[in-house]
Amino acid sequence: MQTQVEIVDLLGAQSTYKEGFFTKTAVETFAKGLTESVVRAISAKKNEPQWMLDFRLAAYAHWLTLPEPHWAKAEYQPLDYQDYSYYSAPQCGNCANEACASAGAVSEPEIDPEVAKAFAALGIHLGAEGEEAEIAVDAIFDSVSVSTTKSRALLEKHGVIFCSFSEAVQHYPALVQQYLGTVVPHHDNFFACLNAAVASDGTFVYIPKGVSCPVPLSTYFRINEAKTGQFERTIVIADEGSSVSYIEGCSAPVRDSYQLHAAVVEVIVHADAEVKYSTVQNWYPGDDNCEGGILNFVTKRGVCKGARSKLSWTQAETGSAITWKYPSCILEGDDSVGEFYSVALTNRRQQADTGTKMIHIGKRTKSTIISKGISAGKSENVYRGLVKILPTAEGARNFTQCDSMLIGKQCGAHTFPYLEVQNATAQVEHEATTSNVGEDQLFYCAQRGIREEDAISMIVNGFCKEVFQKLPLEFAVEAEKLLAISLEGSVG
Amino acid sequence: MLLQVENLQATVADKEVLRGLTLNIKAGEVHAIMGPNGAGKSSLASVLAGREDYDVTGGSAVFQGEDLLEMDPEARAQAGLFLAFQYPVEIPGVSNKLFLQTALNAVRAAKGLPALDMFEFSQFVQEKMSLLGMRQEFLTRDVNVGFSGGEKKRNDMLQMALLEPSLCILDETDSGLDIDALKAVAQGVNAMRSPDRSFVLVTHYQRLLEYVAPDVIHILYQGRIVKSGGMELVAQIEEQGYDAIAAAA
Repeated sequence: MQTQVEIVDLLGAQSTYKEGFFTKTAVETFAKGLTESVVRAISAKKNEPQWMLDFRLAAYAHWLTLPEPHWAKAEYQPLDYQDYSYYSAPQCGNCANEACASAGAVSEPEIDPEVAKAFAALGIHLGAEGEEAEIAVDAIFDSVSVSTTKSRALLEKHGVIFCSFSEAVQHYPALVQQYLGTVVPHHDNFFACLNAAVASDGTFVYIPKGVSCPVPLSTYFRINEAKTGQFERTIVIADEGSSVSYIEGCSAPVRDSYQLHAAVVEVIVHADAEVKYSTVQNWYPGDDNCEGGILNFVTKRGVCKGARSKLSWTQAETGSAITWKYPSCILEGDDSVGEFYSVALTNRRQQADTGTKMIHIGKRTKSTIISKGISAGKSENVYRGLVKILPTAEGARNFTQCDSMLIGKQCGAHTFPYLEVQNATAQVEHEATTSNVGEDQLFYCAQRGIREEDAISMIVNGFCKEVFQKLPLEFAVEAEKLLAISLEGSVG
Repeated sequence: MLLQVENLQATVADKEVLRGLTLNIKAGEVHAIMGPNGAGKSSLASVLAGREDYDVTGGSAVFQGEDLLEMDPEARAQAGLFLAFQYPVEIPGVSNKLFLQTALNAVRAAKGLPALDMFEFSQFVQEKMSLLGMRQEFLTRDVNVGFSGGEKKRNDMLQMALLEPSLCILDETDSGLDIDALKAVAQGVNAMRSPDRSFVLVTHYQRLLEYVAPDVIHILYQGRIVKSGGMELVAQIEEQGYDAIAAAA
């Protein structure tokens, strides 16, 4: 009970974060700490085959040798990895044993009503209602996927695999083994390595050859338990000539301590296929005194394997205490296309170090980067991007535009563009601007009767318009609302 | 009395800009305020509209019976005080249509009127645009971005026509305009003249006054109004210059 009172108190103080509620339900949470036996226990809990356990153990052994990275322009104390729990799942009443995971897809397990309620409060409907929706959803609560809507219909009618990562390991082991760790190997970086060791749940998507996925697929991540890490692993594969729009949303309750989120996303795009990957990230950003919030250390990378393949990342980042995230494209196939459209807004004491990497390998590969950073309060907002043109990338082209907007005088905006061009036929363009939401603009709006908060929201939305136009419509609306909420109190 | 300004004193960045200015405007009147550079013309417009960097150090201003100086800039706008800017501001990414609709609905909300939806707004704005002879593309362009000087001023006139204020202050709206743009501004003012709407034309030149006949002309000099009169003052300024008139006053 004591915890609940604290949460309510915190919520009172944090009226600006409306997703900050906490769900009280029976959960099974591992004791804090990370050892090889914890890795084995996670694997056992999920009833995983030997190859998956081996993947985890190899990663864990390597992780022990790595130092925690601190090169990002974000300050945080070294984390105590023994102070987190690496597995937490709501107990489903009728199957509280290990067989649950393997039985998962065959007979849909009952969804904990409290968990279903939590998702409904976030506007995500599971169960029968979810089957009627215009969008398919994989709902992930702490370490496990609790429900995947439309999964069966998509599979039967279109051959589309849309399920939780754990289910995929059980039911599609060959596919998972073929792609797992091929884009982000376990030794890629510290957090990706940690993820490979303790991966909780994530989403697995496979679009067969020539299929254009009839509905957008989405995953909603909810971190609920305190001091729990979420380490989802998501794999999206678009086979030749297929296409899919995939969307992820995230939120968490208000907590007074850091929560760790270290996800890995791997996207594989085969010839003539197209993947549009959109994220609306609204993790709890922490309070004004820098207490709590989500540490969002995420590795997202896709490979455009085949000719004329296309991968497009669109993100609206408004949450997290610290964001460390660089959704990237490896443009291997000739004439493949990579895009990165980003809006990152920081307020209060948030720190964001985000951007992209575009690695041009194939001939005539093309990439576009449009990044809009908005800093308010006492926050720091960094764009960090790499455009690398390899000697093989004849006629490659890149266009980069980085715009920063400052609101108030106590925040910072920084741009670190890295360019490596090893082929003289490449064309690379970079444009950058920094602007203030000027007193003049605010006064102009005020003189026309518009309240300051509405004016800021309008000016910032105007600034982000190019990127929001790339988001699926309903998410664009969501992102605009989020910006308005996140900007509250940004001008003193 | 629509606006009563008594002995108004104000500073900006610790510099005295208004030094006891008195001005009374009745409903339906058009006042012109003329003066040399640095006399405090734009300061007067800014102080009345509530620009933050100006500190009022003394005096009073009562607008429609309310203490104007106690009101936020947006409250002043909502109450019917409109300022046409010397340099209208650009807002990239925000369409003029959205801006106009947001402003209009904010002012309507303050008056307790329901918001106009897209359709109603379109009709309303069309009327006003044809009144001012403006082209359609005005609505889809970003607020003042890439507008010529004349277009920006016309856009301000359109806002004025939409918001239907009771007091319109034109802060050197005529400066830097070619003759066609100047006529367009004058046309906007003349079309909106009515017994319950007043205008303050802050201007450097007499040119605008050839197209909009004011009821009263004031000469502003070193932060106060030193002389008021009719059109004959314009000729006097031409002949003698501001310094001589101020010295004689």
